[in-house]
Amino acid sequence: MLRKGLDENIEKLKNEMLLMGSQVEEAIEKSIEALNEQDVELAEEVMEDDDQIDEYELELEEMCTRLIATQQPVAKDLRTIIVISKLATDLERIGDHASNIANMVIKIGDEPLIKPLIDIPRMTDIVTRRIKKSLEAFVNLDVELAHEIAKEDEEVDVLDEQILRELLTFMIEDPKTIRQAMSLIFISRFLERIGDHATNICERVIYMATGDWNVSY
Amino acid sequence: MSSNIKIEIKNLNFFYDDFEALTDINMKIKENTITALIGPSGCGKSTFLRVINRMNDLIDGTTVQGEVLLDGKNLYSSDVDVVQLRKKVGMVFQHPNPFPKSVYDNVAYGPRIHGLKDKNELDELVESSLKGAALWSEVKDRLDEPALELSGGQQQRLCIARALAVKPDILLMDEPASALDPVATAKIEELMSDLEKNYTIVIVTHSMQQAARVSDETGFFLMGELIEFGDTGKIFENPDDQRTEDYITGRFG
Repeated sequence: MLRKGLDENIEKLKNEMLLMGSQVEEAIEKSIEALNEQDVELAEEVMEDDDQIDEYELELEEMCTRLIATQQPVAKDLRTIIVISKLATDLERIGDHASNIANMVIKIGDEPLIKPLIDIPRMTDIVTRRIKKSLEAFVNLDVELAHEIAKEDEEVDVLDEQILRELLTFMIEDPKTIRQAMSLIFISRFLERIGDHATNICERVIYMATGDWNVSY
Repeated sequence: MSSNIKIEIKNLNFFYDDFEALTDINMKIKENTITALIGPSGCGKSTFLRVINRMNDLIDGTTVQGEVLLDGKNLYSSDVDVVQLRKKVGMVFQHPNPFPKSVYDNVAYGPRIHGLKDKNELDELVESSLKGAALWSEVKDRLDEPALELSGGQQQRLCIARALAVKPDILLMDEPASALDPVATAKIEELMSDLEKNYTIVIVTHSMQQAARVSDETGFFLMGELIEFGDTGKIFENPDDQRTEDYITGRFG
């Protein structure tokens, strides 16, 4: 394959990965919408759609392996391909977490929520925005943006802690809330984990642009 | 990897008549390492290789400026014996070029020229050189056969054995595997990593993958200049200079 072929293939890889990214974002948004609306059917849809996300990951890894095997890429080409293969794993894990959230939504079912949802939607906004932005940093090789978004992980961690403390007081006051409170705590933790993957994406974008693996947030 | 500097090049300029083939090269090559020189055709890498054993002296109208220090001694100073220098700095070329003599005589040729006559010593030297070049087991029963009857890969290893027989410190290799098939190439590469323990190797190669596989340090030449020189892993993962990046990723021109 010629240089032009390699460029075209890397471009194709990037596009596939962005398609996967937007599907993952949608999965998170849908899972939280399902929670808000207590829409079990929508939650089931999120779980079913996770198979497609898994397929994306396989497809991307196959493409990356084939390019490495046939093109022996070096320098930025190599870093880009390695990073895409790692991002595919991050995105796949995010998809799993969205699916886990959906599973919790199904468990809660139509029982009345013990409290109005405030912090969870806030967390959702932050993590989906961070994923969008981290992928934007990937597309534009924007190291500054990657640093900025990586730093924002702290906000999500604080909200996660806050949710845990609040729900603990509910459980102490009324043990009947434990079941649902546990589900909500899990959801919060899944969102927190999604935030960590957004941070990973940022770190890998920084490596792709600079060759420096030693950046960690 | 040793940190002793074996070869140091200081402010080297090289001319073929008026044409400046190398410009202000500065480089420190460490002892017992493999250094790969890469770059497009005509970039000066082979000229540079031949500067290290003064092979360019044989070409009329060439001029060398600057210093090439071998173990700290300038090999272009007037009191250097070129024959002794080439004994210390062996060379292997792109196409295997054994003499039209027997396998034995090819390896014994250099030591004989340098005055070795004792049959037992010669036998030992031929055997150790052929072993050093990973060829002994294949030719030990064919020492009297014409070298030109060996396969291409064997001929190239014979040339390496011939270079080793005069006990050099340095081996210069000018695309030593470019005329060989992948199996013979792999043998030469494996051999290089064995030889590295006892010799300092400088190799010119057009194969980027080969440079990446075999060398500790890589130098990228472009239009007579040394654009970038450093750790091979770094050069191929994250080169500092955009021109290096363009060349190794095939974006050149």
